[in-house]
Amino acid sequence: MSQTSLTHGIDLDALQRSRETPSLDKEEICLRVEGLNLFYGEKQALHDIDMQIPRNKVTAFIGPSGCGKSTLLRCFNRMNDLVDGVRIEGAIKLDGEDIYHKSVNVADLRRRVGMVFQKPNPFPKSIYENVAYGLRIQGVKSRRRLDETVERALRGAALWDEVKDRLHESAMGMSGGQQQRLVIARAIAIEPEVLLLDEPASALDPISTLKIEELIYELKDNYTIVIVTHNMQQAARVSDYTAFMYMGELVEISDTNSLFTNPGKKQTEDYITGRYG
Amino acid sequence: MSRRTIKTWFNSGDPWVWMTAAAVSISVIMVAGLLLLIGVRGLSYFWPADIHQIEYRDDQGRIATVIGEIYDEEQVPAARLRDAGISLPPDQELATRYLIKIGNRELHGLDFRWLLADHMVSDTLPAEVFVAERREWGNFYGYLVGVKQGGRLVDGDAWQALAPRLERARALQDEISRLEKKEIGAINYQLERLRLQRRKLELAGEDTPDKLAEIEVERQQLQQHYQDLQARLNQLYGDIKRDSLVARVADGSEHELPLASIVAVHRPNALSWWQKSGLYLDNLWQFVSGEPREANTEGGIFPAIFGTVMMVIIMSIFVTPFGVVAAVYLREYARQGVLTRLIRIAVNNLAGVPSIVYGVFGLGFFVYFLGGNIDRLFFPEAMPAPTFGTPGILWASLTLAILTLPVVIVATEEGLARIPRNIREGSLALGATKWETLWRTVIPMASPSIMTGLILAVARAAGEVAPLMLVGVVKLAPSLPLDGNFPYLHLDRKFMHLGFHIYDVGFQSPNVEAARPLVYATALLLVVVIILLNVTAIMIRNRLREKYKSLDQ
Repeated sequence: MSQTSLTHGIDLDALQRSRETPSLDKEEICLRVEGLNLFYGEKQALHDIDMQIPRNKVTAFIGPSGCGKSTLLRCFNRMNDLVDGVRIEGAIKLDGEDIYHKSVNVADLRRRVGMVFQKPNPFPKSIYENVAYGLRIQGVKSRRRLDETVERALRGAALWDEVKDRLHESAMGMSGGQQQRLVIARAIAIEPEVLLLDEPASALDPISTLKIEELIYELKDNYTIVIVTHNMQQAARVSDYTAFMYMGELVEISDTNSLFTNPGKKQTEDYITGRYG
Repeated sequence: MSRRTIKTWFNSGDPWVWMTAAAVSISVIMVAGLLLLIGVRGLSYFWPADIHQIEYRDDQGRIATVIGEIYDEEQVPAARLRDAGISLPPDQELATRYLIKIGNRELHGLDFRWLLADHMVSDTLPAEVFVAERREWGNFYGYLVGVKQGGRLVDGDAWQALAPRLERARALQDEISRLEKKEIGAINYQLERLRLQRRKLELAGEDTPDKLAEIEVERQQLQQHYQDLQARLNQLYGDIKRDSLVARVADGSEHELPLASIVAVHRPNALSWWQKSGLYLDNLWQFVSGEPREANTEGGIFPAIFGTVMMVIIMSIFVTPFGVVAAVYLREYARQGVLTRLIRIAVNNLAGVPSIVYGVFGLGFFVYFLGGNIDRLFFPEAMPAPTFGTPGILWASLTLAILTLPVVIVATEEGLARIPRNIREGSLALGATKWETLWRTVIPMASPSIMTGLILAVARAAGEVAPLMLVGVVKLAPSLPLDGNFPYLHLDRKFMHLGFHIYDVGFQSPNVEAARPLVYATALLLVVVIILLNVTAIMIRNRLREKYKSLDQ
């Protein structure tokens, strides 16, 4: 992993458009998006996106509905491949390697870039089997290793104390907030580098939301986190960097504090002050 | 005013609720009525009927006697009877007549006769009259006069003398059928294998003298064993002939019945309700567990139950994986386009093809083509007698598997379509490939739907008769497709089937009147077998549903 300086390989247009803050320079870059265009058939959903996602930080994507935040997020683990008629131009580099290169094994990529979805989607299996799923896919058979990983992942997702006595009960019996943390545990059990969270708290009650936010705060020591959220307060609370998107374009990305207190673009200001969106 | 109320009533939706409720009630009533009809008709057959002794005036005006069970009663227009030359009072419009089962076929040539109520003089239920269920010639009705042992009458009470001797005869009979079916059957099977082995060596040109000698030695041993068994059998046949009973029939003449020919003797008129209930259960058990006798019109139907269940199980083993694989490809892998649409239409139409067409296909493709080639390749030693090139349970199961394939495919596809997208994405996001996602998550979650498909398939297959007549079902199979002779499972054998049994007994039997209750009883049993198979599958499905239920469903 090379310590890449941000000023390298960035065209001036992008710099001008996204108004990179100097602080981003100091961070190690995990994901780099270069000239990304995405089309659903004839319709263009993402326009010429350039951005960097710093390592071991939380980057939030905000913007009105349909602005392309989730679409962009799903590009990072190639979830968009599943949609018929999707065409992608440009490059996304994970540690300098283009994830859209044809030599890339998509399953391997998704092991490195985990994802948690808007609605909790535990498998109809036991809690234990949900967390062990990724390892079983990788062919891990050792009971001890599975046990250790399950415990570590559940502790990592702040769920261990709640479920340690009913590991072999169905995950479908948990509350929504617990299920979402279980899904996070399932994702971190395979030790990805990046964790993509697609509105992880939008289907949850306030207390569960708080727990998820605390969890995100803890997880960023070990993972690069990209979170899509509708909720600007949430973005302000949990993220280090925030990107504002509008109509499929990246309007602005900068550290969260300055984006919310001193937005560089009129559009951003209008949005965060609630004038539209 | 009233028009407006009618309109409001119409718009309130009430008439539609009533109409739908009526449709449902009619369906329920029809199903219940059907089950009730075959249930009552079928189950009442096993209740020990009273034996009537009826005196009547015959054509010449003499008094005659008849002994038998009253089977049926009907009203006939008197005019029709007068046309037939029967004299009746002139003002009478209708006459009642009874169908009486008189049995004793070797004496009358018929089991049944009609008797007009007007000609009947008296009707009594004598306690002493007995009915003997026989292995041949149907029931025998009469009075017990005495019991003979070795041609001489036994002293004392005839009934007391009869019971132990009947028991002895039955034990001997069991021994005989065990020897014939099991022991000699096994020897014949082994002899046939030796013959085939020898023929195989000859065909391969490896028939060296020592190998042939080996086979010959084995054959000699089997022959010797066979001789021993045959001697024992002859002795048993001699023993069983020892006893007989003497009975007086309705016209007063006396007849001798060898005990070897008798299955059971009862005096139903003398039995209490409890004894009759015991006898009823015993009869029912004999029916379910016994072998058929007398061209299937008597005895049990166990081989047919066994054949039906086994065929359905073999069919399920073929149709489930095949249907699931086809559905998974169609739904998950194939590009959704004109071609997949065409395939779906074809699959759905396949479900509507008349089943006899599948029978013809099974006969042409499976039996003659596949079976014929298997015989040529693997069983040349048995030629020209076919092994698989003849109808059998394997081909019947495969034919029904094709018949029911569309049902399984459609049900599985619907199940796969119902699995929420976010579950699949969850698995894929953890680095699972599409195949791993299908195998570990999607297909298990779709398993209740697969079971639904299988339930429908089983219900259809178990009730299917027409194609089976071409590809493996027979009126009477000498041996079950599963037995103690290696390799235990004989997929090449022909088998009996409840559906065909109903057809055979009901329409092909020499004695339709006697067989009619048996048709109901067999139909009832077929329904029970299908219900049992379905309930098993439904229970499995419910367990799977419980296991894989997800919040969205």
